[in-house]
Amino acid sequence: MSDELIISKKKYKSRLIIGTGKYKNFTETAKAIKASGADIVTVAVRRVNITNKKKEMLTDYIDTKKINLLPNTAGCFNSDEALRTLRLAREMGGWRLVKLEVLGDKKTLYPNMVETLKATKVLVKEGFKVMVYCTDDLIMTKQLEDLGASAVMPLASPIGSGQGILNKINLSIIIEQAKVPVIVDAGIGTPSDACIAMELGCDGVLVNSAIAYAKNPILMSSAFKDSVVAGRKAFLSKRMKKNFFGIASSPREGII
Amino acid sequence: MAKIKLNGKNISILEDTSLLSLLEKYKIDKKKIAIELNGKIVQKNRFQKTFLKNLDRVELVHFIGGG
Repeated sequence: MSDELIISKKKYKSRLIIGTGKYKNFTETAKAIKASGADIVTVAVRRVNITNKKKEMLTDYIDTKKINLLPNTAGCFNSDEALRTLRLAREMGGWRLVKLEVLGDKKTLYPNMVETLKATKVLVKEGFKVMVYCTDDLIMTKQLEDLGASAVMPLASPIGSGQGILNKINLSIIIEQAKVPVIVDAGIGTPSDACIAMELGCDGVLVNSAIAYAKNPILMSSAFKDSVVAGRKAFLSKRMKKNFFGIASSPREGII
Repeated sequence: MAKIKLNGKNISILEDTSLLSLLEKYKIDKKKIAIELNGKIVQKNRFQKTFLKNLDRVELVHFIGGG
């Protein structure tokens, strides 16, 4: 059965997107990407360190023929900074698929949705395919959809917190009404969190810290791969009804 | 000589250095970067014909690990 993730008419094999930040080195990053099976990985845009003579670049370690780089706007706190970053990202390699993330609060890293909506509007107009990090708020995800977002990415909990999904109800409401892919971004702490997101019916999950900060990031990366696949299969299988009382699995007939 | 600001650092270069020569000087592959000159993006096919002058501000960016 073909069950691919489709974002802006393009198909992807994996429903797990991974971030490339916080790893010990580029070799570890490359191994984690491989173990995750992800075909989309996020990257940030930063100044080249001109004083460093070695100048190894992340892109030397990623086969961009197989892996799609998803430039993000991490660290941007207003719409202008985010637009500047993504225009530069597009210039770097012609990428149109981007992840917009406009932060509003330094402590919680919660998104500033007013600035996010503003930036989404401009980016869509400029031909970008925008995947948008947002609060787990149905009205926000609907407005982003109306503005032409290619995917909505509600947070599970604050970025890098590893607290897992704090509001399953909100997430389910968003999923139920969304017309574009819903990808949970931020706050996933363990593979079981990712699995729950997928069981609820999310189209994908984005994970970074939970893999990069594991003691064994490569093994954790493959654990996430399995959990996302399991969660998706469970969602497609449609779970059993919950019952208040116990219902025996063995028949009473023929009991001795 | 021209004084320019490259990624926030003051550096001196020969007058009329092109963006392409600047990249060559630092051994940077133009495929992997993007350049903003005085706040405006310069397309890669313009690197050779864009020359730097005194007090120019150059931002040279690339992709790094990020979530």
